[in-house]
Amino acid sequence: MIVGQEKPVTELLDMIKPYKRVLVLGCGTCTTVSLAGGQKEAEFMSALIKLNAAKTGQDVTATTETVKRQCEWEFLDDIADLIEQADAVLSFACGVGIQAIAERYPDKVVLPGVNTKFMGMPIETGVFQVRCAGCGNCILDKRGGICPIARCSKSLLNGPCGGAEDGKCEVNPEIDCAWYLIYNRLKAIGRLDDMKQFFEPKDWSYGRDGGARKLRKEGIAL
Amino acid sequence: MTALSHLQSVLEQGHFAVTAEIGPPMSANVNLIRQKAGYYNGYVDAANITDNQSAVVCMSSIATAAIVQQEGVETVFQMTCRDRNRIALQSDILGAAGLGLKNLLCLSGDHQSFGNDPQAKNVYDLDSIQLIHTVKGMRDDKRFINGKEIKTEPQVFIGAAAHPFAQPTELYLISMGKKIAAGAQFFQTQAIFDVEGFGNWMKAVRGMGYHKQTYILAGIIPIKTARSLKIMNDTVAGIRIPPDLIKRMDSADNQEEEGMRITLEIIEAVRKIDGVAGIHLMPVSSEQITPAVVERAGLYPRPQVEVQ
Repeated sequence: MIVGQEKPVTELLDMIKPYKRVLVLGCGTCTTVSLAGGQKEAEFMSALIKLNAAKTGQDVTATTETVKRQCEWEFLDDIADLIEQADAVLSFACGVGIQAIAERYPDKVVLPGVNTKFMGMPIETGVFQVRCAGCGNCILDKRGGICPIARCSKSLLNGPCGGAEDGKCEVNPEIDCAWYLIYNRLKAIGRLDDMKQFFEPKDWSYGRDGGARKLRKEGIAL
Repeated sequence: MTALSHLQSVLEQGHFAVTAEIGPPMSANVNLIRQKAGYYNGYVDAANITDNQSAVVCMSSIATAAIVQQEGVETVFQMTCRDRNRIALQSDILGAAGLGLKNLLCLSGDHQSFGNDPQAKNVYDLDSIQLIHTVKGMRDDKRFINGKEIKTEPQVFIGAAAHPFAQPTELYLISMGKKIAAGAQFFQTQAIFDVEGFGNWMKAVRGMGYHKQTYILAGIIPIKTARSLKIMNDTVAGIRIPPDLIKRMDSADNQEEEGMRITLEIIEAVRKIDGVAGIHLMPVSSEQITPAVVERAGLYPRPQVEVQ
């Protein structure tokens, strides 16, 4: 999933200052699961906007809605009226959802309520961790199913740096050394030889470095 | 035929080598570089020039190395993969060769979070093993990474870092083996304070036969004070200082002299270990003490060798 984190309330209140009618729009998929931008968070933000307005005497109204996924236009079309009525949409989706609104409603102001952090998963209640860097050409077959691009602080492809200590990264002892994890896992599955292989410089052009990406599914795309 | 560097000649002719680090200035102060080079002249076989060590902006390692070489001291210029992509790295390797630099130490580089610019974006287009492989390809196959031919190839003696105390040993030995296979001809290790631990590691290295395929220079940080020792123990990744050693420094009347004595004892001990081809001193901005360390360790004068 895409993991998000709510922006600080003060930053959001400052962002919406120029607008009178604000639609706080939650997203029912990734940011709901990552506890950053679902219905609950959107409603809470709406309440805060109203509270702040009452306190400061600002003339602002906040309405709340949550759609299944902001990153698909068909779900946004269902709430076209609500969006049209607002001066600004405060989107609690990831960066994809925010841009989907901007594209579908070209003359509408869209504001980000969430910082999109990474592609990852929950590892315990309320704790999320990165798993994928979206490099566009997966190498997990030779790394024991653990991605050094996403999980090594230096994205090293051949092995660990000298900074790790007791399996922890030099950047922060709370980060596991990805190569320590890869080594242990390859050992456990009897494929330590995968580590001994030399990996050539990676072709990063499959990812962001190839320019803005677009994917066309042959046989489906018109 | 490949033109050897002085350092390579010293090692190949079987001498016990001495290299020592020079940190470039955090300014454009050329006199400071010349002064540091002056300390080293005649006392080391080559001076390592660090590359924005600890991710702190300093004068570029290649520019500093070129100035040090003007003072008659051969250099090992260090290159990290943190700040440059393959285009810049290969370009700088050619530039360094053009300036007469003949030894290169390939490193991943300290993470930018250690330095003064933790907001910086790191590059890591290549890792250190790929960098080693790249330099070897440029020199021996006369090819860039992209396969295009290089008409006049850079002549470089290729070095890498080794980590005697990093755990698990097997994982780091696999990495060391990959570095050798990729083209590393010499290693400079992380600092050694625990001689027994280093001895055990060297035994494992000999078990792999690496000492016969490459030259291993034991990393030594000259000890100054008990305080600096404790700071290193607590803050520098990969450095392990035996508690007895800290105790010995704590109880010394003259810490400077005691530090020197311990440093010399460590050098003496690592020299006796089979497979150790030299030492690499890392005086951490106290370059002026290098001549005394080399002299008192009985490693002065340095061998005069004929460079092929």
